[in-house]
Amino acid sequence: MDPIIILHAGIASGTVLLFATLGAIFNERAGVMNLGVEGMMLIGAMSAFSVTVSTGNGWLGLVVAMGAGAALALLHGVVTIHFQADQVVSGLALTFLGTGLSLVLGEGLSKAGTINLLPSVMLDPALLTIPVVGQILAIFFHDQSVMVYVGYVMLPLAWYYINHTRPGLHLRAVGESPTAADAMGIPVYGLRYAYVVLGGALAGLAGGTISLAISPGWFSELTTSGQGWIAVGLVIFAQWDPWRAAFGSYAFGALRRLILDIQAPKLLFGFDNPFFYNPYYGFFLAMLPYAFTIVVLVLGSQQAMRRRLGAPAALGVPYVRGERGR
Amino acid sequence: MTTTASQTSSPIKLIIEPRLTTPRWLSPVVSIGAIIVALILGGGVIAFVGGDPLATYAHIARAAFGDLGVFSDTLVIATPLILVGLACSLAFRMKLWNIGAEGQFYMGALGASAVILAGWVPEGTPRPVALGVMLIAGVVAGALWGLIPGLLKAKLKVSEIITTLMMNYIAIQLVNYFVFGVWSESGFQMSPQFPKMAWLPRLGDYAREIPALRGLTTHFGLIFALIAVAIVWFILYRSRWGYEIRLIGDNPRAAEYAGIDIVKNTVLVMMTSGALAGLAGMSEIAGVVHRLQGAISSGYGFTGIIIAWLAKLNPIVVILVSVLFGGLILAGREIQPAGVPRLIQGIILFMLIASDVLLRYRVRIARA
Repeated sequence: MDPIIILHAGIASGTVLLFATLGAIFNERAGVMNLGVEGMMLIGAMSAFSVTVSTGNGWLGLVVAMGAGAALALLHGVVTIHFQADQVVSGLALTFLGTGLSLVLGEGLSKAGTINLLPSVMLDPALLTIPVVGQILAIFFHDQSVMVYVGYVMLPLAWYYINHTRPGLHLRAVGESPTAADAMGIPVYGLRYAYVVLGGALAGLAGGTISLAISPGWFSELTTSGQGWIAVGLVIFAQWDPWRAAFGSYAFGALRRLILDIQAPKLLFGFDNPFFYNPYYGFFLAMLPYAFTIVVLVLGSQQAMRRRLGAPAALGVPYVRGERGR
Repeated sequence: MTTTASQTSSPIKLIIEPRLTTPRWLSPVVSIGAIIVALILGGGVIAFVGGDPLATYAHIARAAFGDLGVFSDTLVIATPLILVGLACSLAFRMKLWNIGAEGQFYMGALGASAVILAGWVPEGTPRPVALGVMLIAGVVAGALWGLIPGLLKAKLKVSEIITTLMMNYIAIQLVNYFVFGVWSESGFQMSPQFPKMAWLPRLGDYAREIPALRGLTTHFGLIFALIAVAIVWFILYRSRWGYEIRLIGDNPRAAEYAGIDIVKNTVLVMMTSGALAGLAGMSEIAGVVHRLQGAISSGYGFTGIIIAWLAKLNPIVVILVSVLFGGLILAGREIQPAGVPRLIQGIILFMLIASDVLLRYRVRIARA
């Protein structure tokens, strides 16, 4: 159980959660909750793999994945922004729709062929022998997929954009007080559409990252195995802040890897490894990410209550121009 | 939504305006219209992947409602759907988003199986007693699985959407542990079969007295489901508790001012909702599967969400919708690609919530 290997793998699989969580942060900051992340990730994973198998171009696959996620999200946008439908139910419908659509369109895709993975970045081995710095490089940079690097670039950009730019201010205004934003001349409907679509594109990117880089291939629903829902939970834990989202995503990624490691025979507790000698206990390990999501939610909401940090004030509330706002 | 939208270039104006009153007939008409549009869209996807939509739909109708035998099988699937549809309707009426009916279903099945497989009900117990103990165990297990997110929501304001959903995954792994690790029958992914005392009676069991019933699989769980419908209907529309639930759902602030205990109601409704889903699991395990195994549900808990919504949270309409969806799922088992039933369910739900706008707004075409 080498901590460097676990953290290295955690960063890689956490990148998927990071994309999905950042996307959800954007649309929730604009006041629209989208519970359809799981469905959008699945359609992204399916379309990315499908396009890459048939064209051999992974980058094209990623673009199509983002488009597919964005298209589904646009449906959610029309239904919740213009038709003022309940965002919870619409998000659930989107998950059904995305799952069903990707199962139907992805029929037989698991045996359709092999792909070249998106490239990974290899560092000079000499760099890795430097004490401390070498270990940090080994965890974060060496032999990581280019998508991991995309995550590193996206993270500070997202934070800066939301908190320190004028469009970011408009984004927050639309989510906190659409009435006031509208009065200031900010296009509430247009921005909400834009960020819902952006959230969908990032969820699609997350799906594509799974099927093209992190655990390549198409395994129907098992491709995402509930990670979209974990992302929805992470948004609350992150209190709508990109840095906390990154921490949560990478920690969850490491947890997934740790679970695999715990079952290995070489692990020494000082007594017989129960997870090795009774593999059925592995089912309890498989519960851990989901149980941890609940724990993380409880902690997040406790802290939010104490510090009076909350969701964007207008989250989940459709904006109707001319009706009394809040 | 803008109140008037006009096409500037054309002399005909499209006017969208809020309705002051919604006629009673409009809601079912819009729902049926939404389903028809959904079926057309679903057919488009089927055609796109190279299927024949008309043949597929005709096949679904024949395979689900074609004769008494298949209709009986449809009712077998409708039974758990009615119960989880009720579970969702009750919780949704209070705007509690219990997405965990799937997990509560599994826990109900686990609880009901446990009392038999662990030998707590001795062999040779009269059937009504054995089934009664299983029913209580299933209901309690489901209710406990609803209690946890209920408490977290009521006391700590933790979103029940995520917690109930996460507990689905946990419940499924827990059932897997017991199926593989504790009660596995010689290494297979299933427990030994229950003794006959733990089987809910089927219509086919009475074929000796009434030959027409031969081979019919509809089981006593359907009676449980219908009784549950009556109880939930009574709770929601004829009891003080139901009034509180509906008031909290419509206007939590007003409910709070009226002195209604929201914390208590949140916990109680989540437990009752879980209990109903747990009963569905018990009925499935004792009426159909007769053993504990993985994959007992095929997503019934999630279908319950759509059923509740399609039925507008009305317990009596839940029966009708469940029978229709039971047919869709039954027939869908033979349809390729395998995702078709789920796809159609998703499109139906989407069309349904989108069509709600027609109940609130009116579209008029007028000359400018």
